[in-house]
Amino acid sequence: MIRVEGLTKDYGSRRAINALTFEAQQGEVLGFLGPNGAGKTTTMRILTGYMPATSGTATVAGYDVMDESLEVRRRVGYLPETVPLYTDMTVFDYLKFMANLRHLPDPDDRVDETLELVGLLDRAEGYIGKLSKGMRQRVGLAQALLHRPEVLILDEPTIGLDPGQVVEVRNLIRDVGRERTVLLSTHILSEAQQICDRVLIINKGEIVAEDTPGNLQLGLEGAARLLLRIKGDTAPLLEKLGKLDGIQSAKPGAALGEIELQLATKEEMRPEIARAVVSGGFDLLELRQVGMSLEDIFLQLTRDNSANGKSKE
Amino acid sequence: MRNIWTIASREYKHYFISPIAYVVAFMFLATVGIIFALTILNANQSALYYPSAPDASSVTGPMAFLLLLASPALTMRLLADEQRMGTMELLLTAPLRDWELVLGKWLGAFLFIASLAGASLIFPLILNFLIDPGIDKGILFAGYLGVLLVAASMLGLGVGISAMFSNQVAAFFVSLVIFVVMWWLIGVPASLLPNGGEVFRYLDMASHFYETMIRGVITLADIVYYLSLTALGLFTGTIAVEIRRWR
Repeated sequence: MIRVEGLTKDYGSRRAINALTFEAQQGEVLGFLGPNGAGKTTTMRILTGYMPATSGTATVAGYDVMDESLEVRRRVGYLPETVPLYTDMTVFDYLKFMANLRHLPDPDDRVDETLELVGLLDRAEGYIGKLSKGMRQRVGLAQALLHRPEVLILDEPTIGLDPGQVVEVRNLIRDVGRERTVLLSTHILSEAQQICDRVLIINKGEIVAEDTPGNLQLGLEGAARLLLRIKGDTAPLLEKLGKLDGIQSAKPGAALGEIELQLATKEEMRPEIARAVVSGGFDLLELRQVGMSLEDIFLQLTRDNSANGKSKE
Repeated sequence: MRNIWTIASREYKHYFISPIAYVVAFMFLATVGIIFALTILNANQSALYYPSAPDASSVTGPMAFLLLLASPALTMRLLADEQRMGTMELLLTAPLRDWELVLGKWLGAFLFIASLAGASLIFPLILNFLIDPGIDKGILFAGYLGVLLVAASMLGLGVGISAMFSNQVAAFFVSLVIFVVMWWLIGVPASLLPNGGEVFRYLDMASHFYETMIRGVITLADIVYYLSLTALGLFTGTIAVEIRRWR
């Protein structure tokens, strides 16, 4: 549905994005993660036909964003980061104006349906200028959904919403994403974890990682880390475990009775370790694998030192 | 065509909730009305010495001049404000060609001026009752055609200039300066230069109206002149919008 190849954009001498290549399938929610200024908005603006790329190609729903811009724009719903709206229009009039620009049949009905979808039906006659930030965000979302687009591009859709609204909007995006393609940008990692099928981490205009949120967590760690908790003193066990094959290091954990194990392999060692603990006469309370949070991965990937930053999945 | 109409009708409706448009409408109709009233009073008093009845030019003359101020006030926000508010991003990602956007904006403003001109028809109508054989319909028609052509060209240039700015006030003053130059100042080099003044004379916006159409003379040259200026403005506006995309 979205296919991007070698996309590059320069603003004067500054390179905003550098040779981006990625794809998004139908029915997929693709998360675009990265610090501010990483090039997320620029990429989205190119995909929506707002601005041309310096080089590279991008097709959306089978149409080239440069050569067949109008066809692309007909099939894309876009929520810009700033949620630009006409503040002196009513919600209904504004959406009807957008519906007319998109040549929708029965614009009135379509606007009502969409307002119901985003839960704004009771505000239809209110002026946009009088709405709260969260409400405006939903008007923007309604505008993007108005024509039931094949591809939905949302630039930080949940920013500025209160926690209740965030949950609502996330559910809405997930529902929409079942049949359509959704590309959304965010810098809230838990959000990406919750609603995205796949995540693309972008830093300084380059993709530094691309995978499902789950795989990202596993893949980056290399070997597994385990957390072990026993009753009583850990010192004798530490010594015993340190001698075990396949364990790189064993050190006391943060809390009393905890041991952190860094394994040398990716293989499953938990049964073996459990036996060793029990046969040594220790009381085993807990043994679990600890994953890196997406936060850790994100920080590790987008940190300035380029040795880490360039490692691709 | 449909897109142009969608944009134009939104702009047209917007004028009726905009204070600036009411100020413009009031200034326009009140000034024309006052000048018209004075002309009639004056004609009454001086009829002994100059026995000629006033005609529609006493309405169309001041109207064309007032467009100098009214047009920049009506066009200044058209594209500049979209840029400032960020709604340009919305329009430029909607399935709408850049020239349709610019033309639609212009059409909205033109229809508003045309409505004002329509409302001002009340003055020639009054005059028609006051004068015995009625007023000269040719002068009326040519004068109003001239007013609409002047409005079209000024609004066209105004939209083009509005597309270059994200600040309405800047768009207003740049438009105003250009109109003042083309309406008045351009006549100066035309009168000073013995030869070669032809170009300046041709470019003079006022002469194409005040020397012909206001007196009931319609020439193709004048129509082409105003329509060319309109096209130039709209073309400039489209280019300016496209340049914005590249930045």
